[in-house]
Amino acid sequence: MQTKRIELSGWGRFPSTRQEVARPERYAGLRPAGNMFNLGRGMGRSYGDAALCNDGVVILTERVNRLLDFDAETGLLHAEAGVTLEDILRVFLPRGWFLPVTPGTRYVTLGGCLASDVHGKNHHHAGSFSNHVEAFELLTTTGERLHVTPENNPEAFWATAGGMGLTGMIGEIWLKLQRIESAWMQVRHYTGENLDALFGLMADDTLDDDYSVAWIDCLARGDQMGRGVLMTAHHAAAWSLDKKHKPFAQPGRVQRALPFDLPGGLLNRLSVSAFNAIYYRRQARRDEYHDHLLHYFYPLDSIGHWNRMYGRRGFIQHQCVIPEDNALDGIKALLSVLQHYGLASFLAVLKRFGAGGSGHLSFPMPGYTLAVDLPISGDAACRVAADLNAVVLEHGGRVYLAKDACLAPDEFRAMYPRYPEWLDIKRQLDPDGYMRSDLGVRLRIGEP
Amino acid sequence: MSEPKLQRVLVIGATSGIARALSAVLAEAGYGLMLAGRDAGELERIAQDLRLRHAVDVETVNMDLDEPRHSLLVIDTCAQGGLYGVVIAAGYLGEQARANTDESEMLRVLNINYAAPAAMLNRLARHFEQTGEGFIIGVGSVAGDRGRQSNYHYGAAKGALALYLQGLRNRLQPAGVPVLTVKPGFVDTAMTWGLPGMFLVASPEDVARGIYRALRRRRNVVYLPWFWRWIMLIIRSVPEFVFKRLKL
Repeated sequence: MQTKRIELSGWGRFPSTRQEVARPERYAGLRPAGNMFNLGRGMGRSYGDAALCNDGVVILTERVNRLLDFDAETGLLHAEAGVTLEDILRVFLPRGWFLPVTPGTRYVTLGGCLASDVHGKNHHHAGSFSNHVEAFELLTTTGERLHVTPENNPEAFWATAGGMGLTGMIGEIWLKLQRIESAWMQVRHYTGENLDALFGLMADDTLDDDYSVAWIDCLARGDQMGRGVLMTAHHAAAWSLDKKHKPFAQPGRVQRALPFDLPGGLLNRLSVSAFNAIYYRRQARRDEYHDHLLHYFYPLDSIGHWNRMYGRRGFIQHQCVIPEDNALDGIKALLSVLQHYGLASFLAVLKRFGAGGSGHLSFPMPGYTLAVDLPISGDAACRVAADLNAVVLEHGGRVYLAKDACLAPDEFRAMYPRYPEWLDIKRQLDPDGYMRSDLGVRLRIGEP
Repeated sequence: MSEPKLQRVLVIGATSGIARALSAVLAEAGYGLMLAGRDAGELERIAQDLRLRHAVDVETVNMDLDEPRHSLLVIDTCAQGGLYGVVIAAGYLGEQARANTDESEMLRVLNINYAAPAAMLNRLARHFEQTGEGFIIGVGSVAGDRGRQSNYHYGAAKGALALYLQGLRNRLQPAGVPVLTVKPGFVDTAMTWGLPGMFLVASPEDVARGIYRALRRRRNVVYLPWFWRWIMLIIRSVPEFVFKRLKL
């Protein structure tokens, strides 16, 4: 395996290390080397150290990205794990098909979506990514090529869905796409003047829609604390579109990239506070409108390298879920921690989860999930994250591993109670523990 | 080339990085494709991907340039089935150090990069003379412009291919069939991945778009990316008494 050594980090740019990297171009080359540490890596959009493997070789899947088959009757897509959601949208959106579940960026691979068992704004109705995967091929460190379905090998299936790439390399995936009538979203906004009001809106079934997400101004204090805008949406039916919205029109393509790192101090409390206030008022004014789904689902994708916004030293995105009963208290406590540190976060996203996933290490559980950027350099961010994690644990929640860079081994074990069950299966699939990531090493994954 | 639709192009060495990217460009332009190579499973994956993405006809055919008789038979069959264009993208860098002492390695480098492609084009030249339309694209290398101790087996073969294509261009001129010689610099493919001393590495997609642009403009020889033309001009103009002392 020809490798080279390059500087590598997650999307948050912390931590960052020099790693051996291989990039197979053929399907036969996409397999773990049995006698060394391996990790598959797609687009590198996980934030922390989930896609790093410091003492082994990171296997890039970017060239093993072929679409293999599509059944236009059932919507079943068969593709290599390196295919990105962007690839799928480019080919199948004009034909009236959309992803069943999508995260907030389309520059992620199918393999990464399965390994992180990603969720979208429709989790409360559609579950997570793995709920729409019918099968995948798992290439193990013992040289096996397993065709895995929830029926024929549920252990391998649910250990790999959300298993952070530590059970083997995911080679191919069979994913069920959903039919849509148009590429437009029918969006509605509701304003909540504080967190209680926002929770009331989110729990109101009469306001619910296929997709739902709330944006919080985490700098608002006092009785405005947690004020925000709930945004609900569904795919617009073709008949509901007016003349200027062609069903499968492309959105205006304005792809801009941040050409360099912004200076660290630019996004300070003052500037973000002003931005949040303006954004809050602007979004609150909007009532009901049509938005192209590429804009609706991937607002940041139109800014290439948006991770440069936080400067060279990188940042952490902290995402956790708090179970339903403790959610309101838990989220308030989290916002208090952020305010205590005086952190200015652009993105504070609140969303309601439905039933939990079946993956042993899947992130979602019934409750509310909050995602915030910690716009300070890595180590300092970890000190804040430690306080946030304590709140999460206290309220019975858990932290999303695909974004984590700071969690401690015992915290991980407390948050993911099915870990022992997962470990049994990991040991069967990868007896020598050759599938390995820096995240896994940090959390001592592989040890009881 | 006014009506590219339904015209079939044979791509030899179709699993190579440049060929894959060029096949995608040709498929997007509406050409049907016949992908030839050794790795049948890999060819089928590429073919299926192109069919799904671009809704064009793509066939695959097994061809091993180390098996000249079989390869020529395949070529005859392809030509009989109708062929509008041919792309020779097969390449084998080999190991210079090994080739210096092991003639079988050296001959393999010569065969895959020059002898076999030339034999196939030889077989196809008559076909193109008769049809009087279409195109031929041969992928050489900037390494073929000057012999250097670090890769002159590969360079000699690619240089010979360029010379062959030059002759073929001359021969097919009356038939109105353009012959394009492509001289890529460093391209980000399996051939260069992890090798020391790589600089100004271009993506296969950019190179493929450059090839297609050069084809439409009926260029004879194209360096890709363009600045390699000037780099090679300088490298070619270093006097031999100096050049032979350099460690390149």
